[in-house]
Amino acid sequence: MDKQRRNFLKIASVTALAGIGAPALVRLTSTAAVASEHVAAAGHAPAKEKAGAHGEAAPKGVRLGMVIDMRRFVENPRLLNNAIAACNLVHNIPQIDNSKSEIKWLWKAPFTSVFPEQSAYHAAGNVENTSFAVLCNHCDDPPCVRACPTQATFKIPGNGIIAMDYHRCIGCRFCMAACPYGARSFNWEDPRPYIKKYNPDFPTRMRGVVEKCNFCGERLALGQEPACVEACKGTGAMVFGDLNDPKSEIRRLLDKEFTIQRNASLGTKPSVFYIV
Amino acid sequence: MIEKILRGKPAYWMWLAFLGSFIAIGAACYARQYLFGLGLTGMSRDVSWGLYISQFTFLVGVAAGGVMLVLPYYVHNYKVFGKITILGEFLAIAAIVMCMLFIMADLGQPLRAVNVILHPTPHSMLFWDMCVLIGYLSLNILCGWVILTAERKGVHPPRWIYFFVYLSIPFAVSIHTVTAMLYCGLPGRHFWLSAIIAPRFLASAFAAGPALIVIACLVLKRVANFDAGKQAMDKLVTIIMYAAMLNTFFVLLEVFVGYYSNIPGHKHSIEYLFFGLEHHGHVYNNLVPFMWTSVVLNFSALGLFSLPYVRRKNEFLLGLSCVMIFLALWIDKGLGFVFAGFVPSPLHEIVEYIPTLNELGITIGVWATGFFILTVLYKIVVGVEHEIES
Ligand code: SF4
Ligand code: SF4
Ligand code: SF4
Repeated sequence: MDKQRRNFLKIASVTALAGIGAPALVRLTSTAAVASEHVAAAGHAPAKEKAGAHGEAAPKGVRLGMVIDMRRFVENPRLLNNAIAACNLVHNIPQIDNSKSEIKWLWKAPFTSVFPEQSAYHAAGNVENTSFAVLCNHCDDPPCVRACPTQATFKIPGNGIIAMDYHRCIGCRFCMAACPYGARSFNWEDPRPYIKKYNPDFPTRMRGVVEKCNFCGERLALGQEPACVEACKGTGAMVFGDLNDPKSEIRRLLDKEFTIQRNASLGTKPSVFYIV
Repeated sequence: MIEKILRGKPAYWMWLAFLGSFIAIGAACYARQYLFGLGLTGMSRDVSWGLYISQFTFLVGVAAGGVMLVLPYYVHNYKVFGKITILGEFLAIAAIVMCMLFIMADLGQPLRAVNVILHPTPHSMLFWDMCVLIGYLSLNILCGWVILTAERKGVHPPRWIYFFVYLSIPFAVSIHTVTAMLYCGLPGRHFWLSAIIAPRFLASAFAAGPALIVIACLVLKRVANFDAGKQAMDKLVTIIMYAAMLNTFFVLLEVFVGYYSNIPGHKHSIEYLFFGLEHHGHVYNNLVPFMWTSVVLNFSALGLFSLPYVRRKNEFLLGLSCVMIFLALWIDKGLGFVFAGFVPSPLHEIVEYIPTLNELGITIGVWATGFFILTVLYKIVVGVEHEIES
């Protein structure tokens, strides 16, 4: 099972580190992608897509996504901290202790913040008192990409990751105004002095550019799982995979459990799902 | 014509020196910001645009406002504006230069600004905004210069220039429409997500731009013996009144939609602007005094304008009313509109924005640069005018 997943990840990965130089991509030819295309073409698009937004196009290619199972995080309160620490470490995320300038890729927020459009009236105790994991949704129809005037934020065609080119970003912050999920952070000053432990395998950022979760594109390229997913290994708290592949673990989970996305009414088609 | 800049009364030089000192302050502040980063401003992760972008938005309106002179004069052959149309065109130039400086001041990586041209991205409204702003700036420089040169020689302007004059009219509308589209197409920002933003921007622009021109005319009459004519001023005031009333109407429509629909997202920003927004036991109300000042100024100015005595007899009150309406619109669009759009944040937190001194220094510096350019351009206009008369 583990091997199977690793294989898939290899297939759905990019060769270039998102964010280093130009977005050099390799066209993906994966059996997984072919399989899902085949299913769609045969008119057996799984019920999930049909039941979604009206007329959502038949899935094509690989679309990476994540399911966050909050029940597992409630069972194990330390788990989310571990996942956040893993992401911070792997991505050289500066620890700026100041809500004005902080940089956040994966962080905690209460239900009412993460799902402001949902009612929390007489919500169950575990919803009220739980910190939810928040990260970029890697929207299938991302407003940040639409807004960016330089294509420094772009969608990787092969896997649906919304990636960034830190060397092209002009720091206009139009994408921050456009993202309806508050997923983006701006480097208001040089972040390097705030990096606790430097990881030479991932670029640090300069001041004046925007950044956010990249779905660990650089790790996928090496056949590794996202760092946060790896930190939750064996618990099922974070499940990562191809939303368009009916045989993937994430799809089996989605088919089985009732999930919600953050403010899906905006038409952004978030690829991160929550089991509350 | 350039030589006209170099000859002037001591008051002219003192005014330029006065502006120059603010430009110097702005430049020094910008140097600091350039070296440290935008962390020197009051902007934050949640309020990611501040004074720079709000001033930009307002000034695009001032630039577009010049069309309220160009259109009657060239399209409707309204001769009374003959003498001052050029003031509208030159105001547009100064305003757009300010817009561009504000954008540059706001960029995290200003040296990469050229990426917008190197990687043209038609699905980004910022790309189009850049195109129309550069277009409108060029059109105004071209038309203003060619027509003024012809005037000076006492000949009719060449016929080809009218093509560009007419072209500048839709361009004026487009700069402010596209600027509105920067905001009104963003999902999840309820306060901005409204189809009335573009008309509202245009209405306030068509009041603010002409108001500044009336003020300039009154000043020029005192200090430079340049008389725009009573009839022209009267007509300008009429334009300002209608435009300001339309703007007020549009704002009230927003209030109605918010409160009658009772949808929280539609109400929050309005509540934040006018009454303060309560969140976790704390009331956030930074902008409330400003907004009510704007309301009072707006209605008082409209009241004053409606008195024939103010319009035709008392230049001091006329100037005062124009300053009042200009300030009212500046607060409404140059502060409230942009800042309130970020409240509450997507994660329903409330972060208030307070500009820093350094940020204010840069802002004042850019305004001073704009007025410097405006002064110099108007000096040329007045000089040419006097030359023709003598
Ligand atoms: S969550 Fe925000 S940053 Fe991430 S893809 Fe969607 S719009 Fe873009
Ligand atoms: S800040 Fe960078 S990524 Fe965001 S819109 Fe501007 S150029 Fe694009
Ligand atoms: S997917 Fe990677 S980048 Fe995104 S939150 Fe997890 S560890 Fe961080």
